[in-house]
Amino acid sequence: MRTLKTSVFLLSVSLLLVACSSTKLDESKVPVEDRAGGATMPAADPRSVGTVTAGSTDTLNDPKGVLVNRSIYFDYDSYIVKDEFKSLVQAHANYLIANKGRKVLLQGNADERGGREYNLALGQKRAEALRKSLALLGVSDTQLEAVSLGKEKPKALGSDEAAWTENRRADIVY
Amino acid sequence: MTMTKRLFLRTIAILGLSISAFAHAQLRVEVSGVGANQIPIAIATFADEAIAPHQVTAIIKADLSRSGYFKIIDTGNVMSESTAINYGDWKSRGADALVVGSVQRLADGRFDVRYRLFDNIRSAQLSSMAVAVQPAFIRVSAHKIADDIYEKLIGVRGSFATRIAYVTKAASEYRLEIADADGEGTSVALRSNEPIISPAWSPDGSKVAYVSFEAKKPVVYVQNLVTKQRTVIANFKGSNSAPSWSPDGARLAVALSKDGLTQIYSVNADGSNLRRLTNTNGIDTEPQFSADGQSIYFTSDRSGGPQIYRMGASGGDARRITFQGSYNISPRVSPDGKNLAYISRRDGKFQLFILDLANGQEQRLSDTAKDESPSFSPNGRYIMYATESGRRGGLAVVSVDGSVKHTLTTQAGDIREPTWGPFMK
Repeated sequence: MRTLKTSVFLLSVSLLLVACSSTKLDESKVPVEDRAGGATMPAADPRSVGTVTAGSTDTLNDPKGVLVNRSIYFDYDSYIVKDEFKSLVQAHANYLIANKGRKVLLQGNADERGGREYNLALGQKRAEALRKSLALLGVSDTQLEAVSLGKEKPKALGSDEAAWTENRRADIVY
Repeated sequence: MTMTKRLFLRTIAILGLSISAFAHAQLRVEVSGVGANQIPIAIATFADEAIAPHQVTAIIKADLSRSGYFKIIDTGNVMSESTAINYGDWKSRGADALVVGSVQRLADGRFDVRYRLFDNIRSAQLSSMAVAVQPAFIRVSAHKIADDIYEKLIGVRGSFATRIAYVTKAASEYRLEIADADGEGTSVALRSNEPIISPAWSPDGSKVAYVSFEAKKPVVYVQNLVTKQRTVIANFKGSNSAPSWSPDGARLAVALSKDGLTQIYSVNADGSNLRRLTNTNGIDTEPQFSADGQSIYFTSDRSGGPQIYRMGASGGDARRITFQGSYNISPRVSPDGKNLAYISRRDGKFQLFILDLANGQEQRLSDTAKDESPSFSPNGRYIMYATESGRRGGLAVVSVDGSVKHTLTTQAGDIREPTWGPFMK
């Protein structure tokens, strides 16, 4: 639930950021071309209107769809995809089977306790568990790569149970 | 020889703590604890040493006092290698040995560094050295003089003139840095916005292998420190990590997940001739060649939790080495092959241990809680490791008997993954 909210929020933030940056870029372009005095590129007609088509058929980034959830959490010292994540894994499997051109990186993570290399191997166990689940559901091996970030890229900073739980995770990265 | 023996036997009981704090630019060094046998040594200010970019005797004093084997006696005198020595005088001031020298600027811009070491008990010269070096090599020359003093008086080759590699993290930038063994004279070998882990020196000290996450996944590179040339050694499907050089520099052992879970493979130093060395359905990682190249120590969870094992350099049957505690990782074999340093979790703390491989006796060498990445000095007398104080990573060095310890901390940012380089020619 928390992850869904977070993802929706992040998505809206990134849309907002995209909107902001493109506006700024357009504004800054004009004086640069004026100063150059060049006629290499025609200045954009300030009255022109571009068209965006809503309702793309790709369900991957539908903020209301299940595929925006891309994190699988694991219990302490466990490398089994829990039942509560089975439907999410199935949804991603269905998408990947329907979209053979799509490839995913399955990134395993570990909490901060212990050595870097051993945690890298533990993160790999989580990524590999997720890879096996997807493969069993019929996703082609060529679409899947299981890798580990170990404890190097923690999503949650801090040294408490909440942070450790958040970091015992595998992410599906399209 | 008799000098060495006599000095060694002489026991000076020193109570309390000796702290030498030197004003270093980047790394702060603190020494705590002293060896039982300390040699009192007088080090005179070298004639004209102020003309050089670094004060040679300050570096020598810092090296020797940090080693734990020496008690530095300040002379307050300037003495060059040609100053007449009154041995009786120095003996009465409690100095068993005396160091004098000079620094001169040569016409071509180089510096001529000269030094002499005297045995005040036997009233004789023990050693001398004269080198002409570029200004950039003044520090190395001072470390080499400290190495010579250490070797002549202790009987073991010094490792002050060696280098270390480590990783720093400040804001979102990771750096692979190279520094002198005292943490000074740093240079950046690699900058990245993604993590860098597990640096490993080639046996000749010219290259460093490491794991970089710049491609969104761990990939093993070898980088020539001089030419900056980078070679991908292992970039197979899945994760690529934990490089370790064979003693002849021809091969590396690595941990790969290309066939499922993390397993150990060997690969030639140019990335060719990949061979799988372990075959389990669990984790096998952190391979480390023994100094003779005959065996590989590694971490495996085949018994449930992580423990350290040993197998032949081309794979085959593995023998379990650690039995105390339920979590033992990061094996490093001493240069003489007799001891194993590793990190063990005891009562929730990750601490540095050393194991005598002949009799199975283990000793805890640290009292901190988040220790990682041990590595032996090339003379086998010290172990450097990463530790944490106040959420920030720092480096610590402890003598293999646990009696002398010092820490190196940076002013800003995190420092981790230290690895001690080899003796250089």
